[in-house]
Amino acid sequence: MAIYFDNNSTTRLDPRVFEAMQPYLQGPYGNPSSLHRYGRAARDAVEAARAQVAVLAGAQAAEVIWTSGGTEADNFAVKGAAASAAKPTRMLYGATEHAAVLESVQSLRGQGWAVDAIVMRQDGLIDAEGFAAQLAQGPLRLVALMRANNETGVIQDLARVADAIHAQDAWLLVDAVQTAGKIPLDFVALNADLLSLSAHKLHGPRGIGALIKRAEVELTPLHHGGGQEQGLRGGTENVAAIVGFGVAAELAVQGRGTRAAQMLTLRRRFEAGLHALSGTRIFAEATPRLPNTVQFALPGYVGEALLMALDLKGIAVSSGSACHSGSGEPSHVLLGMGVARDVAFGAIRVSFSAENTEAEVDRVLAVLTVLHAEAMAV
Amino acid sequence: MNSPASVVLSPLPDDAGNAIIYLDYAATTPLDPRVLEAMLPYLQGADDPALRWANPASTHGPGLRAREGVERARAQVAALIGAEPREIIWTSGATESNNLAIKGAIEFNRAPGRPIHIITSRAEHKCVLDSCRYLETQGVAVTYLKPGADGRVMPQQVLDAITPDTALVSLMWVNNEIGAVQAVTELAPRLRERGIQFHVDAVQAAGKLAINLQDTPIDLLSVSAHKLYGPKGVGALFVRRWPRARLAPQMHGGGHEQGMRSGTLATHQIVGMGAAFALAAREWTIEMPRLTALRERLWDRLRGLPEVLRNGPQDPSACAPHILNISFAGVDGESLRAALPSLAVSSGSACSSATAEPSYVLRALGRGDALADASLRFSLGRGSDADTIDCAAGQVVDSVQRLRELSPLWTP
Repeated sequence: MAIYFDNNSTTRLDPRVFEAMQPYLQGPYGNPSSLHRYGRAARDAVEAARAQVAVLAGAQAAEVIWTSGGTEADNFAVKGAAASAAKPTRMLYGATEHAAVLESVQSLRGQGWAVDAIVMRQDGLIDAEGFAAQLAQGPLRLVALMRANNETGVIQDLARVADAIHAQDAWLLVDAVQTAGKIPLDFVALNADLLSLSAHKLHGPRGIGALIKRAEVELTPLHHGGGQEQGLRGGTENVAAIVGFGVAAELAVQGRGTRAAQMLTLRRRFEAGLHALSGTRIFAEATPRLPNTVQFALPGYVGEALLMALDLKGIAVSSGSACHSGSGEPSHVLLGMGVARDVAFGAIRVSFSAENTEAEVDRVLAVLTVLHAEAMAV
Repeated sequence: MNSPASVVLSPLPDDAGNAIIYLDYAATTPLDPRVLEAMLPYLQGADDPALRWANPASTHGPGLRAREGVERARAQVAALIGAEPREIIWTSGATESNNLAIKGAIEFNRAPGRPIHIITSRAEHKCVLDSCRYLETQGVAVTYLKPGADGRVMPQQVLDAITPDTALVSLMWVNNEIGAVQAVTELAPRLRERGIQFHVDAVQAAGKLAINLQDTPIDLLSVSAHKLYGPKGVGALFVRRWPRARLAPQMHGGGHEQGMRSGTLATHQIVGMGAAFALAAREWTIEMPRLTALRERLWDRLRGLPEVLRNGPQDPSACAPHILNISFAGVDGESLRAALPSLAVSSGSACSSATAEPSYVLRALGRGDALADASLRFSLGRGSDADTIDCAAGQVVDSVQRLRELSPLWTP
């Protein structure tokens, strides 16, 4: 049986989520914008799910805007904030952000925006002094910082930086795609202005996400037309996926404590096993991290090669973000933390879900032990 | 193989317990059960040892198997419209496709300080008009052509509107409210000659009439799954390879879809779109004459009433098979809709229904506000048959007659 340790890439749909979606795939539901009963039935489902996702994020239902996923939410937040500005000023982003944020912010360069990366320390956390100096360098529109990193799992303490960002009259965008369902999430306590979410990272369907937006934050739409989502995001709502997101959110809220504890048990067991393999390095090991994520390098292996060797044994892991796989470049996350290129090339990421078992961890460790011994023998 | 008509929406009851007849297939269609079956292995993880629900961007085995599903679907979508698979870019739906085509083409082709011009029509879908209006705020010049009374823009009108700055023409193949078929095949070579990019919104045309992009030099073409018995939340944009149409991406991050559209692919939805397009390719030549006959049957029954006007081309062959739009003189629009609780039709585009304004498309054709408001769009599909059409026609005829009897506006 295949072992799936790539849950930061995507997760298996929870059967209960599928069950909730099924009527909306098969049943008498129309276009939620239609005024007849088929449309209204679909509309009711969309709004019920909005309330469920709001609870997950610690936000109000009216603050939830549906998107096609985390990438669209990040793009919408960054480019929407740029387009609604009176004139181009400045944006800051964490050097270890997901490509969706990174490339969105960088795309603004040609449009007169100054964009700068926020330097991370070796432990993956913000360098507070350098960040404070960056903040003070003139007018600022938006700062994008992820709550937890998709590769290393490093959790940033954002409440501290939010006040400083607001003092500069700027907005804070928090990419919380990897956070939801793993650690507590509270839009209000984070003091964020914008927050992006994705369903398929928490056992919901692919193709649906949300941007949480405080009412005062003004964004120009990314998808114009149709008037859906308060005129902010055109397009017929993906009703079944929205319903699935809602239920996945509810299950994540209900099960979060238990799931997190299960994942942490797996992670600790796995890390203990890695410690026995000489020369193995776990990145940001001493930093607060997601309970499910381990990024490490096994001596003597390039990440991609190790990934292939594990794949042949039916074990699915990742050499970084799936969004960057096959690029032949080392992880920008590790480079952003000051890790040397040759070390970064060796990195692979294991990410658990609560569906994984200790027996699976032991099997993967056994395979890694053999691969490690082979490399040592060379 | 099941017959197309086996796709019947299990009907909802109205307050009196009567089944509500669904004639709003242009707003959205039910998912074909055969499509759902194709989607399930990529959606549901429970029983799939191949883990085909994995992220198709992942390099491991499960990711690879997910990608195989994505690529098969790409070929299926391409086949229906005579394109090459690599010319198909996945999106979250036609709204995104239209936004990407229009804003992406203009952004790519725009040189600093040089004026740039788009030609479109007043009868386009909201997402095309709103994209153009947004570009106007960015300094782009836009000409909104007024269609003729039949809803069609004459190719000569487009050619006359061309300026030295014209970079893009965007027109819909089949109008979503009145079903008018635009002369895009005639126009395309003439725009190609002039080096002007041509974007076509083919959401209501795909699977309804012949589209062969090998012969028709359209550069960009938008399609949607949920108008063709596929799932909501997925669409595609055809981007021609030769001569190459170039776009500035509107969604960054990860470089999926040849860098033109990033974001984790929703494999099950993409597979569903592929299956839906493959079914349409097999069945449309049988299904469309059936719908045309049903549409004319509906019109024959409604035209028995005095002063009903058919919106769109009077020549049925210039109309898409599935859409019939009728204005009823002498009745109030809101009262008419309220008098038809057992009929799911629309007064225009679902995407415009939030505004409660009379259809801007019908007004663009020269219908006055009152008449535009007293209009119904009937759109037919796989669940429609002679019985449902006769029953729907009966309800409309009764309601219009009753409302006219009560109306001070009506003088027979």
